[in-house]
Amino acid sequence: MAIKFNPSPSLPPPVNSVGAVAWVRHNLLSSPLNIFLTLFSFYVLYLLIPPVVEWGLINATFEGESKAACTAGGACWAFIGVYFEQFMYGLYPADETWRIDLALILLVVLIAMFAIKAVNKLFLSIGIIAVYPVIAYFLFAGGVFGLEIVETSLWGGLFLTTLLGVVGIVASFPLGVLLALGRQSSMPIAKSVCIVFIETIRAVPLITILFMASVMIPLFLPDGMNFNKLMRVLIGITLFSAAYMAEVIRGGLQAIPKGQYEAADAMGLTYWQSMVLVILPQALKLVIPGIVNTFIGLFKDTTLVYIVGMFDLLGRIQAATHDSSWLGTTIEGYAFAGFIYWAACFGMSRYSMRIERKLETGHKRN
Amino acid sequence: MTEQNMALAQLEPGEKAIIEFKDVNKWYGDFHVLKNIDFSIKKGERIVVCGPSGSGKSTMTRCINRLEEHQKGSIIVDGIEMNDNLKNIEAIRKDVGMVFQHFNLFPHLTILENLTLAPIWVRKMPKKEAEEMAMHYLERVKIANQANKFPGQLSGGQQQRVAIARGLCMKPRIMLFDEPTSALDPEMIKEVLDVMIQLADEGMTMVCVTHEMGFAKTVADRVVFMDAGEIVEANEPHEFFDNPQHDRTQLFLSQILNH
Repeated sequence: MAIKFNPSPSLPPPVNSVGAVAWVRHNLLSSPLNIFLTLFSFYVLYLLIPPVVEWGLINATFEGESKAACTAGGACWAFIGVYFEQFMYGLYPADETWRIDLALILLVVLIAMFAIKAVNKLFLSIGIIAVYPVIAYFLFAGGVFGLEIVETSLWGGLFLTTLLGVVGIVASFPLGVLLALGRQSSMPIAKSVCIVFIETIRAVPLITILFMASVMIPLFLPDGMNFNKLMRVLIGITLFSAAYMAEVIRGGLQAIPKGQYEAADAMGLTYWQSMVLVILPQALKLVIPGIVNTFIGLFKDTTLVYIVGMFDLLGRIQAATHDSSWLGTTIEGYAFAGFIYWAACFGMSRYSMRIERKLETGHKRN
Repeated sequence: MTEQNMALAQLEPGEKAIIEFKDVNKWYGDFHVLKNIDFSIKKGERIVVCGPSGSGKSTMTRCINRLEEHQKGSIIVDGIEMNDNLKNIEAIRKDVGMVFQHFNLFPHLTILENLTLAPIWVRKMPKKEAEEMAMHYLERVKIANQANKFPGQLSGGQQQRVAIARGLCMKPRIMLFDEPTSALDPEMIKEVLDVMIQLADEGMTMVCVTHEMGFAKTVADRVVFMDAGEIVEANEPHEFFDNPQHDRTQLFLSQILNH
């Protein structure tokens, strides 16, 4: 008779390899060099943090009507307080800014509805992608239901920054997917059109495209035909980031094993079915970091519209620092701008990490 | 040439072939990978294709559902000529299931979704019906309890059984197996072969590229031996193994059977 094989029981790991003390030992004090680096980092933090806190909080002035009120020697946040409306909405009429707030609240509510189980996700998505932009456009621009018309030249501040960023992101993503698929395509005409588009746009700085959009295009349009500068700039930004997006997505498409394409083909799926159902979900998931990278880049690149005379958040701040009663508040202005951009980009980055974790299906084993 | 004619000659007069290769040739660039393949497979026949690596056996099998394109000759599958016409290709692929060496399950979909994808989108089957059918096939390959897991959470043998079930969900008339056990641990080969044997017993037309000679002996109606892009010899298993005609076949058999 054979000897019966009984696997030995699994034991917990040794105590000194888990817990806070082990973490400190392993990560901060694991070698003489690490001990030195840890101590050095603490020293640098000690040098940096107290003066920044002193300047930004302890000696800061939060109330006041001009730079003269800031006498404590610290930051002059009163400047931000006075100009806050303008930084948020640009020159949008103060009585009408509720329309922007309403559009924002509406968007947040719509997105929050994804969390409700009873809501049909497909209808909700269609609503957000197709219906919401129309509502938002009329809220912003006015001209219907007795809403006062607000020229796009008055749009500005964080509102304009967000608008450029969101529209650019939402429009450039599908365009980038199509360009990436086109570049991979076996149809010679589609392929060359996509390659020429991508390579041309990528070879040109965004500033050039914005200049083209705002200055050159009107010269070529027939007299009397004039479409909105904001619209032209939006198209420019969208095309620019779509070209980058396309290359990021192409990287993802190339990383999908040939066997996935073959399995989809072998079961009789059409080209679009196999792309939408099999290839893209995997390829896009692989390149989420690259996609978010492009989004973040795009969001910050929107500051370049300052060059063509549009005053986004940074533009408005810069203009405000030239106010004669607030001279010498540049640092506060830029610190505020930096904080807003940082918060937005850090938010995007964290959100993308959450999506990545959510989509993890353990196929790294393969 | 004579051996290939013999392969053709097995067809009774008036009997229709379900897969027919007529003088099929294929090149990769200048490399002549399939040379004058003339071969017919009857409905319900189990064909095992063997041969050294690079002999063209996978390529020949993959020509049946156009994962590879042949450049000369004709392939007729279930009465439909395989050519550039997308309609023909799609019609053939609907009827031909395929199992790959590396399973090629879709890692972003659950096991159940892997099985129902093609029935829902290609056969336009209602989702509920497709799921019931998928569960039926999963029970047949004995992994119904894993239906809601992802492929990455299953062992190789389990994944390959899922892949077979996925092929069967399209109710194919022909199943192609491209080295289905070559990527598996030895302990898992049997569970996959058992499923294939069961399938063969039910009368499925099968073309199987494999090095499992035991499987060939017990299941195959005919064994096809290929080398250098040609069919060297095709015969019933006992004749093929006990009395190989060709010296190349004898050499191949002596190498794989006496290691």
